[in-house]
Amino acid sequence: MTLPTVTFTVDGARVTATEGQSVLEACDAAGAYIPRLCYHADLQPTGTCRLCTCVINGRHAAACVTPAAAGMVVENDTAALTADRRTMIEMLFVEGDHPCPYCVASGDCELQALGYRLRMESPTQPYLWPRQAIDSSHPDVFLDRDRCVFCARCIEASRLEDGKTVFGFEGRGIAMRLNVDGDGRLGDSQFAAIDKAAKVCPVACIVIKRDGYRVPNGARRFDKAMIGADIEARRGAPKP
Amino acid sequence: MTPSDKTAIDAILATVHADPGRLMDILEAVQRRFGRVDAEAIAAIAHGVGLPVEDVTATVTFYAFLDTGPRGHHRIRLSRTPVSFLKGARAVADAFEAALGVSMGETTADGLFTIQWTSDIGMGDQEPAALADEHVLTAMAPGDVPAIIAALRASRPLPAKNARVTPSLVQAGPLLIGPVVAGAGIRAALAMTPDQVVETITASKLKGRGGAGFPTGLKWRLTRKAAGVQHYIVCNADEGEPGTFKDRMLLEQFPDLVIDGMTIAGYALGGGEGLLYLRGEYAYLLKPLSDLLAKRRQDGLLGAGILGREGFDFDIRIQLGAGAYVCGEESSLLESLEGKRGTPRDRPPFPTERGYLKQPTAIDNVETLACAARILERGAAWFTALGTDKSSGTKLMCVSGDCARPGVHELAFGVTVNELLDIVGAPDAAYVQFSGPSGLAVAPKDFGRRIAYEDLSTGGSTMIFGPDRDVLDIALQFADFFVDESCGWCAPCRVGTTQLKAAMEMIVAGRATRADIAATHALAGMVARMSRCGLGQTAPNPILSTMLNFPEAYEARLSAADFNPRVTLRAALGEAVSVQGHEPILAEAAT
Repeated sequence: MTLPTVTFTVDGARVTATEGQSVLEACDAAGAYIPRLCYHADLQPTGTCRLCTCVINGRHAAACVTPAAAGMVVENDTAALTADRRTMIEMLFVEGDHPCPYCVASGDCELQALGYRLRMESPTQPYLWPRQAIDSSHPDVFLDRDRCVFCARCIEASRLEDGKTVFGFEGRGIAMRLNVDGDGRLGDSQFAAIDKAAKVCPVACIVIKRDGYRVPNGARRFDKAMIGADIEARRGAPKP
Repeated sequence: MTPSDKTAIDAILATVHADPGRLMDILEAVQRRFGRVDAEAIAAIAHGVGLPVEDVTATVTFYAFLDTGPRGHHRIRLSRTPVSFLKGARAVADAFEAALGVSMGETTADGLFTIQWTSDIGMGDQEPAALADEHVLTAMAPGDVPAIIAALRASRPLPAKNARVTPSLVQAGPLLIGPVVAGAGIRAALAMTPDQVVETITASKLKGRGGAGFPTGLKWRLTRKAAGVQHYIVCNADEGEPGTFKDRMLLEQFPDLVIDGMTIAGYALGGGEGLLYLRGEYAYLLKPLSDLLAKRRQDGLLGAGILGREGFDFDIRIQLGAGAYVCGEESSLLESLEGKRGTPRDRPPFPTERGYLKQPTAIDNVETLACAARILERGAAWFTALGTDKSSGTKLMCVSGDCARPGVHELAFGVTVNELLDIVGAPDAAYVQFSGPSGLAVAPKDFGRRIAYEDLSTGGSTMIFGPDRDVLDIALQFADFFVDESCGWCAPCRVGTTQLKAAMEMIVAGRATRADIAATHALAGMVARMSRCGLGQTAPNPILSTMLNFPEAYEARLSAADFNPRVTLRAALGEAVSVQGHEPILAEAAT
């Protein structure tokens, strides 16, 4: 049995989506890469980063939470959207503390990789200089909240995949922060290094101890290929 | 936590049958009882309602009126808006600081008082205003402060001079003139089929009065035809837009019209339950409104078999908010109603299909519902005869600031800004902030424009500023407001509002170059385009619209320098200075 399909266009190219797919999922399958940060294929989309915002039927909308519909006209790879996305990546860089040259995630970091892809140079906005204590209470994992980009992946993964509720947000607005078990420490929580929530962090906020340099700099995911290249490689390929 | 504290929390939980969906009521009750909702209380509540501690923590820490740590026994929250400042709120704050020996945001050493600023409390026509615990204080002068503090200290009634809300309706129009007979609109509705009621509202061309202007008839039709176990009617009385107070006025002076409107919607949409989301700042209205609902139940206007119609069962619950502007955004409001953080939802699905508890839900503004009641009572033709072709009816304009007659003025759509200014006595207005901070800064060149959905669309907030006011400082205050009220969920709004405020500070300080202003304009546009909900999409409006309509104000503040660093050398060296204990030696480094 095949699912009903709908067809729409992204930057003029025809894309076929199966019913229930989001614009982003359908574009991924078709090899049309839409930049995204918070989205994770194994998790429910939360739409926190807004990086995948496209102009859909003339209106700005996040592709990860917009269901694909017949006849949609999606603009993705435009100069205006790329400029706005670059500014958004800059925002996340200055909101947190992201010292790429000596960060353990360098080369594996989706924020850094998006900075390269979107050709971000030095941020044009002033740094906010957060300074929160690192939580190193857990034997196998440490938590550096100054690198959190509020993607909510760990929150979702802990609930949906791990059957726990280790993470949540507290506070609001610019004062929001990642919270562990009410107001506890990671070491006192149910968290384990084998949890899905430990593997989905796009940056170096949740970091497995004693594992950081197993793969050397220069040989990591985004050292080899630009973020999104795997998706773009599907373009024109026959559907599995 | 003592056993008696535990008993008290259990008793609170029992009042709502430990329903996790009623978390807001639980948290508000615990806050009232203990003055805070601390980690122990959170753990007890989480256990009691069967939610993860994380979820309860997330909700508690979201709302401005819920505290996790100790605060003063009495809380005094002064309304911070450009209008409160021009009416003297700063001097009142100084008087509180002097009398209590603490600064705004602090608690007295004896733990008796906390004084702080809060976002607009909906008293724009009687500023400076404040919330003292659950009481409203209005029209305060610095000289009133000692008596207010003395009364709170002695647990005596607050001075009558300030502890009152002056009725805000100044000029009634066709909607509000004439008797209000409770149930009149419902009787008219019951003479029709539910579909006919929806058709009547559609024929009246009524549009949402909260500002967005969605056609009410269409909203009702979509909700009615959406499949669900239950259909809900929500009255959005989370009137948080600074400068707005018409909904408060309606709930004080015309509550039967609003409840009639909700009940009519209940009949038309087949909804069994209505929810009235009342902003936390209006807690003083909870008792009179609850009493009114009780009376209406006695009179057969609420409950089972309304007005004797078998099968027409409809009742209303009031949900009190807890200090979050974003909850006026309808999907955030739904989250809050369900006991969660007031984070907006992505759409689709729209609330008409999946709203409160994932059921079809019509969310209407207080004024919209009052209009609906009158339309049923008087007919769609009566309504369409008022206003313009595309904007039928009248609008409740909330006027505050530099004018002779602040308050609510009911005006037919189509009136010009100039005509409005004449009516309210503001002949020398130099700047009108239209529809609140999320609206537009309107300059005299546009005072000939008409108030209507097709021209200057508005939720009602109208802040008037005279020629001596500083346009850019007001825009900065609005930028600051959005920093406080951003929910934080999406990056462009969370970070962007903070960056826009910093940029406006630089502009107001005269340190911005032409390039800085251009960069601020670009940033503002990006935040408007990329943010998730209406808050972030409109947060840059005060900056964008003052840039458009008051370019001379920006020109006047331009820095002559080619470049000014965003971070001054002094700020950059601040930490080193504090460690070293002395200022930099080089003279130029200290500037």
